[in-house]
Parts: sequence; C-alpha cells; structure tokens
Amino acid sequence: MTAAGPNIAIEVEGLTKFFGKKKVVDNLSMRVERGMIYGFLGPNGSGKTTTIRMLCGLLTPDAGRGTCLGYDILTQQHEIKRRVGYMTQKFSLYGDLTIRENLEFVARIYGLREPREAARAALERLGLLDRADQLASELSGGWKQRLALGACTLPDPALLLLDEPTAGVDPKARRDFWDEIHRLAESGLTVLVSTHYMDEAERCHRIAYIAAGRLLVSGTTAEIIAAARLATYIVTGPDLSELSERLSATPGVEMVALFGVALHVSSRDAARLDEIARDFSKDPAHVWAKGAPTLEDVFIDLMIQAGGAPQ
Amino acid sequence: MSATPPEKPQFRDGFVASLERLFAVFLKEFLQLRRDRGTLGMIVAIPLMQLTLFGYAINTDPKHLPTVLLVHDDGPLARGVVGALRATDYFKIQGAARDDADADRMIRSNEAQFVIEIPADFDYRLVHGEKPAVLLLADATDPTATVGAVAAATGAVASALDRELTGPLATLAQNAAPFELRVQRRYNAAGEARRNIVPGLIGTILTMTMLIFTSISVTKEIERGTMEMLLAMPVNPVEIMLGKILPYVVVGAVQMAIVLVVATLLFHVPIVGSLMTLIPLTLLFITANLAIGYTFSTIASNQVQAFQMSFMFFLPSLLLSGFLFPFRGMPDWAQHLGSILPLTHYLRVVRSVMLKGSGFSELSADTWPLALFALVAMGVAIRRFRQTLD
Repeated sequence: MTAAGPNIAIEVEGLTKFFGKKKVVDNLSMRVERGMIYGFLGPNGSGKTTTIRMLCGLLTPDAGRGTCLGYDILTQQHEIKRRVGYMTQKFSLYGDLTIRENLEFVARIYGLREPREAARAALERLGLLDRADQLASELSGGWKQRLALGACTLPDPALLLLDEPTAGVDPKARRDFWDEIHRLAESGLTVLVSTHYMDEAERCHRIAYIAAGRLLVSGTTAEIIAAARLATYIVTGPDLSELSERLSATPGVEMVALFGVALHVSSRDAARLDEIARDFSKDPAHVWAKGAPTLEDVFIDLMIQAGGAPQ
Repeated sequence: MSATPPEKPQFRDGFVASLERLFAVFLKEFLQLRRDRGTLGMIVAIPLMQLTLFGYAINTDPKHLPTVLLVHDDGPLARGVVGALRATDYFKIQGAARDDADADRMIRSNEAQFVIEIPADFDYRLVHGEKPAVLLLADATDPTATVGAVAAATGAVASALDRELTGPLATLAQNAAPFELRVQRRYNAAGEARRNIVPGLIGTILTMTMLIFTSISVTKEIERGTMEMLLAMPVNPVEIMLGKILPYVVVGAVQMAIVLVVATLLFHVPIVGSLMTLIPLTLLFITANLAIGYTFSTIASNQVQAFQMSFMFFLPSLLLSGFLFPFRGMPDWAQHLGSILPLTHYLRVVRSVMLKGSGFSELSADTWPLALFALVAMGVAIRRFRQTLD
C-alpha cells in the first residue's frame, strides 16, 4: 500500500461498487491534493454520489482501496467521519429542530467542548443569528444549503464532501455559496464538490468528469479543453433549431448544441469541420465563426461518446 | 389539440368523472401497497398466526394450578383429602411448605397459587366427629384464575373420604361432610376484578405507548432522509440506540406516575408493597418495551411496517400474558411463549407488589427475564442497525 503523502487529501484506486447487478462505480481512481477545490462532474446516475459515499464510509466498496486524509476508507471510517464534513444532496438536518438546535446537535455529536458557543459562532458566520430560533424546515432553499454547509464546517473538518450543494438554488445564493467555498479552501480546507453547473466547474481548481461510473478525464479546465482536441464553430443566425437538426445528421459533426442565440458545432476532425463550415456558409443567413470550445462543449461531447460507446 | 372542438370540454365533470378519479386514487394506493412486500406478508401472516395462536392458547378455566401442602398431620385421612383435591385436576401439588412463613413466601413469589393446609391432629379430630377444617389458601390476585379451582374443591369435599371411611367409620360418611373446607382468598378477599385489572392495565398501557414511541424512531430518520447525515457523523449504533431510548424512559416514568395515582385515587387499588420495589422494576419493564420497539424500528423498512410489528407484539402481550385470560390456563407451549413477553413478568411483578407486598427477593424469577429480554432486544437492534447505506 502506497502511503499517501501528507499533502494528499484523497487517494483512491480501482473503486468499484455494484447495486445488485448494476455496476455503479467502475474501477475509479483519483487523487486530490490538500487545499484544492476539486469538482466532480457527470450526468445524473453517473456514480458521483456513490463515490462520495464510499469516500466517507457510508458505502462499502466492492473492490478497490484508498485513503481519505490518510485514513483507510475500508477500515478507518470512524477516523474519517470525525474529520470530514459531508453535505448530502437532500437537506438532511432536522426540520423540526430550530437552526440553533441543529447546530448544537452537530457540535455535540462531534464532541466540541463548547457546543453552545460553537453554534453561536456558526450562526454569526452564517448571518442567521436573528433567525436562530426558527425551525430549519421554514428556511428557503438557499438558506437551507447555507445552514447545511455551516453544519458541515462547524466541527472544523479537514475535508468537505459536497454533493450537488447548489441544486435548485438561485444564482445569487449560488454565487455566495461559492465565495464561501473559496474562503474555506484558502483557509486550508480541501473541498470535493459535485455539480451539474459549468460555471461552478470553472470555479474549481481541478475537475474530474465521470460517466457511467468511470472517470473519463481529470485536470484543470484548460487541460481538459486542450486534451479534448475539439474544433468548434459558433454559428449565429435565424432558425438555429432547424439548422441544428440538419447538422446533427451531417457525417463528421460530433456535437451540436444550442446556446441561446448561438449554435456550437464541434468535431475532432478539424479539417472536416472546416469543410462543413464552408458548405453551410453558402447560406448567407448564418454566420460561421471559428471559436474555442468551452468546457460545456467538451463535456457534452464526452457525454455523447460515453452514451454511444457499448457499456 | 387545435382539432378539439370548443363545445367538447377536455375536463369532464359529474358522477362518472368523479368515479374515475376515485378509481385513479384506488389504483395508485393498490400499486403502492403491492410494492410494500413486508406489509403484504403481514396481511396474510397476522390473521393466520394470531387466530391459530390464540384459538388454541386461550382457556378461561385453568387446571393444574401450582399448589403446595402445609401438612401438620400426615395420617391416612389427611392424605385422602389431599388425594381428593388432586383428583379434581385443578391442583398440581408441587411440594410442601415448611411453615406458614414459607407458604406465604411461595405465594408472594408466585411459585404457588394455592396452599392446602391440613391442621394438626386432623385424623384424630375427624374420627372424633370434631369436623376439623382444611384450609385452602388461594392467591386471589387474579380471581378468574382461582374461581374454578375453589368451586371444584368445595364440590370434592363431600365425597372426599368415601373410600377411607369404611368399617367402623362408615357412620361418619353418612352425615354431611365430616370435615370442613375453609377457603381463604388472599390479597383480594372480595374477588374484585378491578384489583386485578387495574395493576394489569398499568403494564398494558405502558407496553402500548412505549412500543409506539421507539418503533418508528429509526424508520422516521430513514424516511425523512436525516439518517444519511447521522451515519456520516462520528456516532456509533450503541450511542444512537441509547440516545433514542433514554428520553422515553423518562416519558414512561411520568406515565407510570399518572397511572399509579389514578389507580389509587379513582379505583382504590392499594399499594401494599413498596414503591421502592415497584418503581425500579417498572423502569426495567419500560426499558424492555422501548428496546423491542427500537428493534422493530431497525427491522421495518417503513413506518407502517413498524406499526404492524408493534401490534403483532402487542396482541399476544394482551392475550398470552395473563392480562385478559389466566396464564396458567394456557397449554405449556403457550405458557413458554408467554414467558418470553415482558408483560407476562411485569404483570406478576405489579400485581405482587401492589396487592401482596412482594419484595425484590421474591420477584427475582420475574426480574431477570425482563432484564434478559431488554438486553437481547438491544443486542438484536445493534446487529440489525445498518451503519452504512449498503
């Protein structure tokens, strides 16, 4: 067993998990350095939640090994739980306890010396002091997420596992949430966060893309875009949906995606795509401009490839 | 959609439409029920099990009741009387008491339900026509359990000594019974049912409420989605279990106080024994029920199943514990089954302490089963408690 260095927060190799006969996570290996915000991307049901649960001891892997903060994920779950803050996808604090009572409960479970004081400090940090005695169930979606994050960070963990923390939260609350995550990372916390949002992915230091339980790529945003070797044209003009259908049917086009008023057309074969662009440019209604692929282009392309490839 | 003529409304009203909506709900409920395997099983198992179980087990005329002898005269006539009582099938002679105190202890500790006392010089006084009295001492805390035996004993007296009183003694047999059977109903002289029922109700009420409290405690966390967070935190199954049980011990203690006060004030049921005996043993009983409720909670996959399990446990507690029907009237297998239930033991405890004044030492036979039950239930619960979401 290779001991993970002190600057490694998560290191797993060959993680595999079955639900019945279905392989949900397939031979997944990854490595996350300390102090990093690591984004976990992938479509629904790709195994993100299952992987996070295996990391914090909530699920037992069927194969593979790994460490979390230097503790073995198979045998030292208790040590991991004491040092990891896990924020579930669904709000899982007690709706019939007040905000203060929830925080004090968490503080006591983690054995903090002054649970009341710790909860009070957390309330202040969260800006919830004046609503401390409200029932948690009465909070709006955005505030619930903030409270959940506050509860996770209360016991001063070294690693945060956040499972789609901003799903269903408005853009302003989302931005505040991410500012907070960056503040936490700067103070030395490692954050593993799963998300569907590309703007969030771009705020991560590193990202990994998972589809059908397999980790397809990982790296910085720039690395991933470069590695995809995708040529992209951005098309503007009228009737883009109709054009999109025609392009999808054109051999050589690998991905067509509509972004508001623009159509992103991508292919790995740059020469072929130039040819297609020339052909379609004959129709003066549409303007074809060579563009840089975005992270989203790359991921949609990956998703299409993963979906098309035999499992 | 544009083809739909405006005079033909898309949403219909009226009786048929209402019936169709009713059917939609009906079908949905049915489909959901069909998915819940546990509940489906119980729909079949509960009536089958309970009907056969109780049908065979319940008997309101118990026989072979544990009886001890306190014999001061071992003459042939005395033995004849004992033989006649034994022949009624109601009395199962289990041994002899050394003296009055020993006999009292046996009744207070529920070892014996009857004591048959043959006075000194029984044979001599009988032969001399002095009509000596045989004492039948009955533990009347449960009047229904003794009434048949007492009636049978009284009936047996007349012909008890027909075989012994022959030859010169035959004249004695011709008169009315040559000896007297004096029946003494201890602890409930008037045979009042409420003296038996009210203490029993304390146990029954506590069983019901305690079971319900804990039987949903784990399923509730799972259904609300809070279990995932709980499991992700550094808290172990023993801590969770005890943390969930202990608050209800306090609740149970409050309930016990209420029931005891009402029992004495409203129903005038005496508390002969010591509260210092009753309270700790009641807390033990409360804990046993909370533990089994919690165990159900770790087995059930939803709250409905948890409730069903609680009722499946509650009904035998009601019927096989001796609360509604005499415990000793049941066949052996049913008595063994009943002996597993905490209520069976607690009923003996609460009746003995309240009516007979029994103490800890006399109740040890019913104390350790309560403790054992609680420990086993907790052990099962901890084993069943899933620490992961696997």
